[in-house]
Amino acid sequence: MKRICTVIASLMIAISLAGCSQSSSEKLVLTGSSTVAPLVAEIAKRFEALNPDVRIDVQTGGSSRGVNDARKGLADVGMVSRGLKVSEADLRTNTIAWDGITLILHKDNPVQSLSKNHIVDVYTGKIKNWKDLGGVDSPIVVVNKAEGRSTLELFLKHFGLKNSEVNADIIIGDNQQGLKTVEGNPLAIGYVSIGAAAYEAENGASIKLLPVDGVQATLKNVELGVFPIARPLNLVTTENSTPLAKRFIEYAQSQDVGDLVQEQFFIAANANK
Amino acid sequence: MRTSKTLSSTLNAGAWITVGILFLIGCFMVAKSLPLFEAMGVSSLWNDSGWHPSEGDFNVLPMLAGSLVIAFGAVLVAGPLGVMLAIFGRYYAPKWLASVYRGLMELLSGVPSVVYGFWGLIVLVPWISTFAPPGASVLAGIIVLAIMVLPLVVLTVDTAFEQTPQKWLVAADALALQRWSKIWRIVLPHSLPSIFSGVTLQTGRALGETMAVLMVCGNIVQVPSSLFEPTRTLTANIALEMSYATDFHVNALFVSGLILFLMTVLIVMVGASVKRKQYA
Repeated sequence: MKRICTVIASLMIAISLAGCSQSSSEKLVLTGSSTVAPLVAEIAKRFEALNPDVRIDVQTGGSSRGVNDARKGLADVGMVSRGLKVSEADLRTNTIAWDGITLILHKDNPVQSLSKNHIVDVYTGKIKNWKDLGGVDSPIVVVNKAEGRSTLELFLKHFGLKNSEVNADIIIGDNQQGLKTVEGNPLAIGYVSIGAAAYEAENGASIKLLPVDGVQATLKNVELGVFPIARPLNLVTTENSTPLAKRFIEYAQSQDVGDLVQEQFFIAANANK
Repeated sequence: MRTSKTLSSTLNAGAWITVGILFLIGCFMVAKSLPLFEAMGVSSLWNDSGWHPSEGDFNVLPMLAGSLVIAFGAVLVAGPLGVMLAIFGRYYAPKWLASVYRGLMELLSGVPSVVYGFWGLIVLVPWISTFAPPGASVLAGIIVLAIMVLPLVVLTVDTAFEQTPQKWLVAADALALQRWSKIWRIVLPHSLPSIFSGVTLQTGRALGETMAVLMVCGNIVQVPSSLFEPTRTLTANIALEMSYATDFHVNALFVSGLILFLMTVLIVMVGASVKRKQYA
């Protein structure tokens, strides 16, 4: 019974995939991280304008999907917003930009900075009240990311935590949800991409960016390479990628798209080299 | 009565295709769930120490509890309220208001669920957090879902009222019954099975709602011990983690889907059996 089900199910998948992967040689498919996708979509638009017979399809679904799709050939290029793991060494990475992760608080929160130990204590639930950190006498609302997000992995790695040790009050999906959650709650603490946070703060959102390990959370510091929690935004391919994929990656790493990288509040990969 | 052969066979085929698709969906989810059951055993779903997919723990009980509490909570709020509003709309409101009112309900039932979720995230959650932090909670989920389900409850109840035999109402008027006793003694008892099955179907809808719940419930994996604590539903779990999942994690999410599927089937069956009894 199980075998029949599996056969039927996989047939259905095969049919549906065959339907949409009949690509001509001039079609490029990129899938993966929702942090990288908006930038790549902009780069793709410009690349298409320069090469009128090329069609580029950008889909999101997270870094893990980027890795999987690139490996299985479902996408020509995977978008991954972290360094590759040891188990992913079969893929080639090409960094197109850098992004930092920073902690954010509501603008009205009197707390101006937190040490690494304080942040660990807050996230593991050892400190539960803002008054222990020099703030108001109210409980801390800890905002954490959902399992599998690269922002979460980077955050845990930097603070030496395991996700099961984190004692969160709210778990969020993407950066926008995190920003809206902290904006609506003066007692919240969360972490998001510096790019997204800086953009929102500049446009009047009631949030503030905390320094990490004494380093101010600014794009400049990410660019200088001194900001402690930074991650590369990568395009990954297998060993035998298509010539078109190679051309696109080269273009995405070139100076021609530097302005697009800046517009999205990331740091160009060649900025500090 | 003559029926067109082509028409009836087309309709037949359509019906069977629908059944077939449903069957295949079931098969697909079972097939996707099996690897986890084979590797860890079905009991890991309630014996594991928690839901930590990256560490190999797949306890889904807290999320099952979250889903049930929020769906039934919402229906418990929206059900009685919906019946009252339907009574008002049909028997108490002036004619012009009743039609405006009905149109409004139809309009409200068509508003996409993210809109309600977004309202919940920026208005409701901050408000709740002023007296019971963190704000994102079971209560917020129940309120948002109840608001979403309410127009549909009103519409189904109203349809049920409409089916009250006209001659009963005329007879009631002839006996000079008051408006309220007419509703209480005739309309409500007659409509009760339809109301019950309609509300049951709405429970299925509430159980399946994803985005709005994801935005306001806080998504912490725990059995909530009060209305003000956050919780995560099975649907929110799938939406939050599916795109980032690998290996057994994917299978575990399909198990969440399978559980939802089975619960919805159960609810529809309960709803249908109540309705069938009425006409038996």
